Amino acid sequence: MSSAGHGYAGAPLAGPNPGARSETWLWIAQRASAALLGLCVLVHLVTIIYAVRHGLSGEAILARTRGNGVALAFYMLYVLAIAVHAPIGLRTLCHEWLGWRSASLNWFIAALALALFAFGLRAGWAVFLAPV
Amino acid sequence: MKMLHVSVWRGGAGGEYRSYEVPRQESQSVLDVVTYIQRNIDPTLSYRFACRVGMCGACAMTVNGVARWTCRTHVAKVVKDDAIQIAPLANFPVVKDLVTDMREFFDKWARARGQFVPCATRRDAFAQVAADSPGRVAANAGIECIGCGVCYASCDVVSWNPDYLGPAALNRAWTLVNDVRDGARRERLAAVAGDAGCHACHTHLSCSERCPKDITPTASIAGLKRAVAVAALKGEL
Ligand code: SF4
Ligand code: SF4
Ligand code: FES
Repeated sequence: MSSAGHGYAGAPLAGPNPGARSETWLWIAQRASAALLGLCVLVHLVTIIYAVRHGLSGEAILARTRGNGVALAFYMLYVLAIAVHAPIGLRTLCHEWLGWRSASLNWFIAALALALFAFGLRAGWAVFLAPV
Repeated sequence: MKMLHVSVWRGGAGGEYRSYEVPRQESQSVLDVVTYIQRNIDPTLSYRFACRVGMCGACAMTVNGVARWTCRTHVAKVVKDDAIQIAPLANFPVVKDLVTDMREFFDKWARARGQFVPCATRRDAFAQVAADSPGRVAANAGIECIGCGVCYASCDVVSWNPDYLGPAALNRAWTLVNDVRDGARRERLAAVAGDAGCHACHTHLSCSERCPKDITPTASIAGLKRAVAVAALKGEL
Protein backbone atom coordinates (compact mmCIF):
# COMPACT_ATOMS: atom_id res chain seq x y z
CA MET A 1 0.00 0.00 0.00
CA SER A 2 1.38 3.39 -0.88
CA SER A 3 1.28 6.00 1.83
CA ALA A 4 1.36 8.89 -0.61
CA GLY A 5 -2.14 10.20 -0.23
CA HIS A 6 -4.47 12.43 -2.09
CA GLY A 7 -5.41 14.51 0.94
CA TYR A 8 -7.13 17.85 0.90
CA ALA A 9 -4.87 20.69 1.87
CA GLY A 10 -4.32 20.50 5.59
CA ALA A 11 -5.99 17.14 6.04
CA PRO A 12 -3.92 14.25 7.34
CA LEU A 13 -3.14 11.86 4.53
CA ALA A 14 -4.24 8.29 4.84
CA GLY A 15 -1.06 6.69 6.12
CA PRO A 16 -0.36 2.98 6.21
CA ASN A 17 -2.87 1.06 8.26
CA PRO A 18 -0.75 -1.68 9.86
CA GLY A 19 -3.66 -3.56 11.41
CA ALA A 20 -5.66 -3.80 8.18
CA ARG A 21 -4.60 -7.28 7.15
CA SER A 22 -4.51 -8.96 10.56
CA GLU A 23 -7.82 -7.44 11.68
CA THR A 24 -9.45 -8.54 8.44
CA TRP A 25 -8.19 -12.09 8.86
CA LEU A 26 -9.43 -12.15 12.44
CA TRP A 27 -12.81 -10.98 11.18
CA ILE A 28 -12.89 -13.69 8.51
CA ALA A 29 -11.92 -16.30 11.12
CA GLN A 30 -14.65 -15.01 13.42
CA ARG A 31 -17.30 -15.22 10.71
CA ALA A 32 -16.20 -18.64 9.44
CA SER A 33 -16.06 -20.09 12.96
CA ALA A 34 -19.50 -18.60 13.66
CA ALA A 35 -20.93 -20.46 10.67
CA LEU A 36 -19.28 -23.66 11.85
CA LEU A 37 -20.54 -23.09 15.40
CA GLY A 38 -24.09 -22.65 14.12
CA LEU A 39 -23.93 -26.16 12.71
CA CYS A 40 -22.03 -27.72 15.64
CA VAL A 41 -24.33 -26.26 18.30
CA LEU A 42 -27.32 -27.64 16.43
CA VAL A 43 -25.86 -31.16 16.24
CA HIS A 44 -24.77 -30.93 19.87
CA LEU A 45 -28.26 -29.87 21.02
CA VAL A 46 -29.94 -32.63 19.05
CA THR A 47 -27.54 -35.10 20.66
CA ILE A 48 -28.34 -33.82 24.15
CA ILE A 49 -32.08 -33.89 23.53
CA TYR A 50 -31.81 -37.41 22.14
CA ALA A 51 -29.83 -38.56 25.20
CA VAL A 52 -32.30 -36.99 27.62
CA ARG A 53 -35.39 -38.21 25.78
CA HIS A 54 -34.09 -41.77 25.72
CA GLY A 55 -33.01 -41.58 29.34
CA LEU A 56 -29.46 -42.59 28.48
CA SER A 57 -27.21 -43.13 31.49
CA GLY A 58 -23.65 -41.84 31.61
CA GLU A 59 -22.41 -45.36 30.92
CA ALA A 60 -24.78 -45.74 27.96
CA ILE A 61 -23.47 -42.49 26.48
CA LEU A 62 -19.85 -43.51 26.96
CA ALA A 63 -20.62 -46.83 25.32
CA ARG A 64 -21.57 -44.85 22.22
CA THR A 65 -18.61 -42.43 22.27
CA ARG A 66 -15.93 -44.99 23.16
CA GLY A 67 -13.76 -45.57 20.12
CA ASN A 68 -16.22 -43.58 17.99
CA GLY A 69 -14.03 -41.77 15.43
CA VAL A 70 -16.93 -39.79 13.96
CA ALA A 71 -17.92 -38.38 17.36
CA LEU A 72 -14.29 -37.55 18.12
CA ALA A 73 -13.82 -35.79 14.77
CA PHE A 74 -17.04 -33.85 15.24
CA TYR A 75 -16.13 -32.64 18.71
CA MET A 76 -12.61 -31.73 17.62
CA LEU A 77 -14.16 -29.51 14.96
CA TYR A 78 -16.54 -28.04 17.52
CA VAL A 79 -13.69 -27.33 19.95
CA LEU A 80 -11.67 -25.74 17.18
CA ALA A 81 -14.54 -23.44 16.24
CA ILE A 82 -14.94 -22.39 19.89
CA ALA A 83 -11.21 -21.86 20.37
CA VAL A 84 -11.18 -19.55 17.33
CA HIS A 85 -14.46 -17.76 17.88
CA ALA A 86 -14.59 -16.97 21.58
CA PRO A 87 -11.12 -15.41 22.01
CA ILE A 88 -11.57 -13.08 19.04
CA GLY A 89 -14.85 -11.83 20.47
CA LEU A 90 -13.29 -11.43 23.91
CA ARG A 91 -10.45 -9.44 22.31
CA THR A 92 -12.95 -6.94 20.93
CA LEU A 93 -14.60 -6.70 24.35
CA CYS A 94 -11.22 -5.98 25.94
CA HIS A 95 -10.58 -3.27 23.33
CA GLU A 96 -13.87 -1.55 23.85
CA TRP A 97 -14.71 -2.07 27.50
CA LEU A 98 -11.29 -2.12 29.12
CA GLY A 99 -9.36 -0.02 26.62
CA TRP A 100 -6.80 -2.83 26.59
CA ARG A 101 -5.12 -2.50 23.21
CA SER A 102 -1.46 -3.34 23.82
CA ALA A 103 0.45 -6.34 22.49
CA SER A 104 -0.04 -8.07 25.86
CA LEU A 105 -3.71 -8.48 24.97
CA ASN A 106 -2.82 -10.51 21.88
CA TRP A 107 -0.62 -12.81 23.97
CA PHE A 108 -3.41 -13.23 26.49
CA ILE A 109 -5.92 -14.00 23.75
CA ALA A 110 -3.58 -16.48 22.05
CA ALA A 111 -3.01 -18.24 25.38
CA LEU A 112 -6.75 -18.36 25.96
CA ALA A 113 -7.34 -19.87 22.53
CA LEU A 114 -4.71 -22.54 23.17
CA ALA A 115 -6.13 -23.31 26.60
CA LEU A 116 -9.67 -23.64 25.24
CA PHE A 117 -8.43 -25.92 22.51
CA ALA A 118 -6.35 -28.02 24.91
CA PHE A 119 -9.19 -28.46 27.43
CA GLY A 120 -11.63 -29.28 24.66
CA LEU A 121 -9.24 -31.82 23.15
CA ARG A 122 -8.75 -33.41 26.54
CA ALA A 123 -12.50 -33.76 27.08
CA GLY A 124 -13.11 -35.19 23.62
CA TRP A 125 -10.21 -37.56 24.00
CA ALA A 126 -11.46 -38.68 27.41
CA VAL A 127 -14.85 -39.82 26.16
CA PHE A 128 -13.20 -41.45 23.15
CA LEU A 129 -10.86 -43.47 25.35
CA ALA A 130 -13.36 -43.92 28.17
CA PRO A 131 -12.37 -46.99 30.25
CA VAL A 132 -14.91 -49.78 30.25
CA MET B 1 -49.34 34.16 22.81
CA LYS B 2 -48.35 30.59 23.36
CA MET B 3 -44.75 30.30 24.48
CA LEU B 4 -42.18 27.61 24.07
CA HIS B 5 -39.80 26.87 26.95
CA VAL B 6 -36.42 26.37 25.35
CA SER B 7 -33.33 25.25 27.17
CA VAL B 8 -30.14 25.88 25.21
CA TRP B 9 -26.56 24.83 25.89
CA ARG B 10 -24.35 27.87 26.46
CA GLY B 11 -20.57 27.91 26.66
CA GLY B 12 -17.95 25.28 25.87
CA ALA B 13 -17.60 21.74 27.20
CA GLY B 14 -18.02 23.05 30.76
CA GLY B 15 -21.05 25.17 29.93
CA GLU B 16 -24.62 24.90 31.14
CA TYR B 17 -28.20 25.06 29.92
CA ARG B 18 -29.97 28.41 29.94
CA SER B 19 -33.70 28.92 29.52
CA TYR B 20 -35.45 31.12 27.00
CA GLU B 21 -39.09 31.79 26.20
CA VAL B 22 -39.83 31.81 22.49
CA PRO B 23 -43.23 32.55 20.89
CA ARG B 24 -44.70 29.41 19.38
CA GLN B 25 -45.54 29.68 15.71
CA GLU B 26 -47.10 27.48 13.14
CA SER B 27 -44.71 25.38 11.00
CA GLN B 28 -41.85 26.53 13.21
CA SER B 29 -38.57 24.68 12.81
CA VAL B 30 -36.05 24.13 15.58
CA LEU B 31 -33.65 26.34 13.61
CA ASP B 32 -36.30 29.09 13.66
CA VAL B 33 -36.34 28.83 17.43
CA VAL B 34 -32.57 29.18 17.73
CA THR B 35 -32.58 32.07 15.27
CA TYR B 36 -35.32 33.82 17.25
CA ILE B 37 -33.24 33.60 20.42
CA GLN B 38 -30.17 35.01 18.72
CA ARG B 39 -32.01 37.86 16.98
CA ASN B 40 -34.37 38.85 19.77
CA ILE B 41 -33.03 37.71 23.13
CA ASP B 42 -29.28 37.10 23.14
CA PRO B 43 -27.14 38.04 20.12
CA THR B 44 -24.13 36.25 21.62
CA LEU B 45 -25.68 32.84 20.97
CA SER B 46 -23.50 30.96 18.45
CA TYR B 47 -24.87 28.38 16.06
CA ARG B 48 -24.35 27.33 12.48
CA PHE B 49 -26.54 27.06 9.41
CA ALA B 50 -26.39 27.98 5.75
CA CYS B 51 -29.07 26.68 3.42
CA ARG B 52 -32.12 26.26 5.70
CA VAL B 53 -33.47 23.67 3.27
CA GLY B 54 -31.66 20.47 4.19
CA MET B 55 -28.80 20.66 1.71
CA CYS B 56 -25.70 21.96 3.44
CA GLY B 57 -25.53 19.81 6.57
CA ALA B 58 -24.45 22.72 8.79
CA CYS B 59 -27.36 22.94 11.23
CA ALA B 60 -27.31 19.61 13.07
CA MET B 61 -27.79 19.78 16.85
CA THR B 62 -29.00 17.58 19.67
CA VAL B 63 -32.71 18.19 20.13
CA ASN B 64 -34.29 16.58 23.19
CA GLY B 65 -31.38 14.18 23.32
CA VAL B 66 -31.52 13.15 19.67
CA ALA B 67 -29.23 14.36 16.87
CA ARG B 68 -31.25 16.07 14.14
CA TRP B 69 -30.96 18.52 11.26
CA THR B 70 -32.66 21.52 12.83
CA CYS B 71 -33.73 23.38 9.68
CA ARG B 72 -36.02 20.56 8.70
CA THR B 73 -37.16 19.46 12.11
CA HIS B 74 -40.54 20.88 12.99
CA VAL B 75 -40.99 21.95 16.58
CA ALA B 76 -44.31 20.10 16.52
CA LYS B 77 -42.45 16.85 15.92
CA VAL B 78 -40.14 17.09 18.93
CA VAL B 79 -41.83 19.33 21.49
CA LYS B 80 -42.79 17.78 24.84
CA ASP B 81 -45.00 19.74 27.25
CA ASP B 82 -44.24 22.96 25.35
CA ALA B 83 -40.52 22.49 26.02
CA ILE B 84 -37.46 21.59 23.99
CA GLN B 85 -33.84 21.19 24.89
CA ILE B 86 -31.18 22.09 22.34
CA ALA B 87 -27.53 21.09 22.70
CA PRO B 88 -24.49 20.76 20.45
CA LEU B 89 -23.96 17.44 18.65
CA ALA B 90 -22.56 14.62 20.78
CA ASN B 91 -19.18 13.06 19.88
CA PHE B 92 -17.90 16.43 18.59
CA PRO B 93 -15.78 18.86 20.64
CA VAL B 94 -17.85 21.94 21.50
CA VAL B 95 -16.44 25.25 20.29
CA LYS B 96 -19.12 27.45 21.84
CA ASP B 97 -22.84 27.09 22.47
CA LEU B 98 -24.28 25.05 19.59
CA VAL B 99 -21.17 25.17 17.42
CA THR B 100 -19.01 22.06 17.28
CA ASP B 101 -15.56 21.46 15.85
CA MET B 102 -15.98 19.24 12.79
CA ARG B 103 -12.32 18.99 11.83
CA GLU B 104 -11.77 15.48 13.18
CA PHE B 105 -15.00 14.32 11.54
CA PHE B 106 -13.89 15.46 8.09
CA ASP B 107 -10.24 14.48 8.64
CA LYS B 108 -11.61 10.98 9.06
CA TRP B 109 -13.18 11.21 5.60
CA ALA B 110 -9.67 11.91 4.31
CA ARG B 111 -8.26 9.03 6.40
CA ALA B 112 -10.90 6.73 4.91
CA ARG B 113 -9.68 7.93 1.51
CA GLY B 114 -12.88 9.73 0.83
CA GLN B 115 -11.32 11.58 -2.10
CA PHE B 116 -12.18 10.53 -5.63
CA VAL B 117 -8.98 9.48 -7.42
CA PRO B 118 -9.42 9.75 -11.17
CA CYS B 119 -7.57 7.21 -13.30
CA ALA B 120 -8.48 8.38 -16.81
CA THR B 121 -6.70 11.06 -18.79
CA ARG B 122 -8.14 13.81 -20.94
CA ARG B 123 -7.54 11.60 -23.94
CA ASP B 124 -9.80 8.85 -22.63
CA ALA B 125 -13.47 8.77 -23.47
CA PHE B 126 -16.04 9.56 -20.81
CA ALA B 127 -16.81 6.61 -18.57
CA GLN B 128 -20.20 5.14 -19.32
CA VAL B 129 -21.90 4.00 -16.16
CA ALA B 130 -25.21 2.27 -16.66
CA ALA B 131 -27.82 3.55 -14.21
CA ASP B 132 -28.79 0.01 -13.27
CA SER B 133 -25.26 -1.41 -12.92
CA PRO B 134 -24.73 -2.90 -9.43
CA GLY B 135 -21.91 -0.47 -8.59
CA ARG B 136 -23.99 2.55 -9.58
CA VAL B 137 -26.97 1.31 -7.59
CA ALA B 138 -24.79 0.74 -4.50
CA ALA B 139 -23.13 4.15 -4.84
CA ASN B 140 -26.50 5.84 -5.34
CA ALA B 141 -27.74 4.52 -2.02
CA GLY B 142 -25.10 6.51 -0.15
CA ILE B 143 -24.29 9.41 -2.44
CA GLU B 144 -26.77 11.98 -1.07
CA CYS B 145 -24.89 12.44 2.19
CA ILE B 146 -24.76 16.11 3.23
CA GLY B 147 -22.03 15.65 5.84
CA CYS B 148 -24.23 16.79 8.70
CA GLY B 149 -22.62 14.52 11.32
CA VAL B 150 -25.94 13.27 12.73
CA CYS B 151 -24.88 9.64 12.21
CA TYR B 152 -21.48 10.26 13.82
CA ALA B 153 -23.13 11.90 16.82
CA SER B 154 -25.48 8.92 17.17
CA CYS B 155 -22.88 6.16 17.00
CA ASP B 156 -21.89 4.49 20.29
CA VAL B 157 -18.74 3.05 18.77
CA VAL B 158 -17.48 6.58 18.02
CA SER B 159 -17.92 7.45 21.69
CA TRP B 160 -16.08 4.30 22.82
CA ASN B 161 -13.29 4.43 20.27
CA PRO B 162 -12.23 7.95 19.28
CA ASP B 163 -10.19 6.54 16.39
CA TYR B 164 -13.21 4.95 14.75
CA LEU B 165 -13.69 6.49 11.31
CA GLY B 166 -17.44 6.51 11.81
CA PRO B 167 -20.48 5.93 9.62
CA ALA B 168 -20.25 8.99 7.35
CA ALA B 169 -16.60 8.53 6.34
CA LEU B 170 -17.11 4.81 5.77
CA ASN B 171 -20.28 5.44 3.78
CA ARG B 172 -18.32 7.87 1.63
CA ALA B 173 -15.58 5.28 1.10
CA TRP B 174 -18.19 2.72 0.07
CA THR B 175 -19.64 5.02 -2.61
CA LEU B 176 -16.13 5.38 -4.06
CA VAL B 177 -15.40 1.66 -3.84
CA ASN B 178 -18.39 1.29 -6.17
CA ASP B 179 -17.26 4.04 -8.53
CA VAL B 180 -15.81 2.38 -11.64
CA ARG B 181 -13.94 5.59 -12.52
CA ASP B 182 -11.96 5.58 -9.29
CA GLY B 183 -8.36 4.38 -9.24
CA ALA B 184 -7.65 3.92 -5.53
CA ARG B 185 -9.86 0.98 -4.59
CA ARG B 186 -7.04 -1.07 -3.13
CA GLU B 187 -5.61 1.69 -0.97
CA ARG B 188 -9.10 2.65 0.16
CA LEU B 189 -9.99 -0.88 1.23
CA ALA B 190 -6.75 -1.05 3.20
CA ALA B 191 -7.52 2.32 4.78
CA VAL B 192 -11.00 1.33 5.97
CA ALA B 193 -10.12 -2.13 7.34
CA GLY B 194 -9.33 -2.80 10.97
CA ASP B 195 -10.63 -1.82 14.38
CA ALA B 196 -10.68 1.89 13.58
CA GLY B 197 -12.55 1.11 10.38
CA CYS B 198 -15.41 -1.01 9.15
CA HIS B 199 -14.62 -3.95 11.44
CA ALA B 200 -15.42 -1.85 14.51
CA CYS B 201 -19.05 -1.34 13.50
CA HIS B 202 -21.47 -3.20 15.74
CA THR B 203 -24.37 -2.95 13.32
CA HIS B 204 -26.34 -0.98 15.94
CA LEU B 205 -28.12 0.88 13.14
CA SER B 206 -28.39 4.11 15.17
CA CYS B 207 -26.72 5.95 12.29
CA SER B 208 -29.21 4.60 9.78
CA GLU B 209 -32.14 5.27 12.07
CA ARG B 210 -31.13 8.93 12.50
CA CYS B 211 -29.72 9.89 9.10
CA PRO B 212 -31.97 12.70 7.83
CA LYS B 213 -31.21 11.71 4.24
CA ASP B 214 -32.41 8.15 4.82
CA ILE B 215 -29.01 6.76 4.03
CA THR B 216 -28.10 3.41 5.61
CA PRO B 217 -24.41 3.71 6.52
CA THR B 218 -24.72 0.34 8.27
CA ALA B 219 -25.32 -1.32 4.91
CA SER B 220 -22.40 0.57 3.36
CA ILE B 221 -20.16 -0.61 6.20
CA ALA B 222 -21.35 -4.20 5.74
CA GLY B 223 -20.49 -3.81 2.05
CA LEU B 224 -17.00 -2.64 2.99
CA LYS B 225 -16.54 -5.64 5.30
CA ARG B 226 -17.38 -7.96 2.42
CA ALA B 227 -15.19 -6.12 -0.07
CA VAL B 228 -12.27 -6.02 2.38
CA ALA B 229 -12.64 -9.77 3.11
CA VAL B 230 -12.67 -10.59 -0.60
CA ALA B 231 -9.57 -8.43 -1.10
CA ALA B 232 -7.83 -10.24 1.79
CA LEU B 233 -8.72 -13.66 0.36
CA LYS B 234 -7.31 -12.58 -3.00
CA GLY B 235 -4.13 -11.33 -1.31
CA GLU B 236 -4.86 -7.76 -2.39
CA LEU B 237 -5.04 -6.11 1.00
S1 SF4 C 1 -24.33 0.68 12.59
FE1 SF4 C 1 -22.13 0.90 12.93
S2 SF4 C 1 -21.64 2.97 12.30
FE2 SF4 C 1 -23.87 2.87 12.52
S3 SF4 C 1 -24.26 3.60 14.61
FE3 SF4 C 1 -24.03 1.38 14.69
S4 SF4 C 1 -21.87 0.98 15.15
FE4 SF4 C 1 -22.06 3.12 14.47
S1 SF4 D 1 -24.80 9.71 6.33
FE1 SF4 D 1 -26.66 10.87 6.80
S2 SF4 D 1 -26.43 11.44 8.96
FE2 SF4 D 1 -24.42 10.83 8.24
S3 SF4 D 1 -23.42 12.76 7.63
FE3 SF4 D 1 -24.40 11.85 5.79
S4 SF4 D 1 -26.42 12.79 5.68
FE4 SF4 D 1 -25.66 13.16 7.75
S1 FES E 1 -29.20 24.66 7.31
FE1 FES E 1 -28.46 23.47 5.65
S2 FES E 1 -29.09 21.47 6.17
FE2 FES E 1 -29.98 22.66 7.74
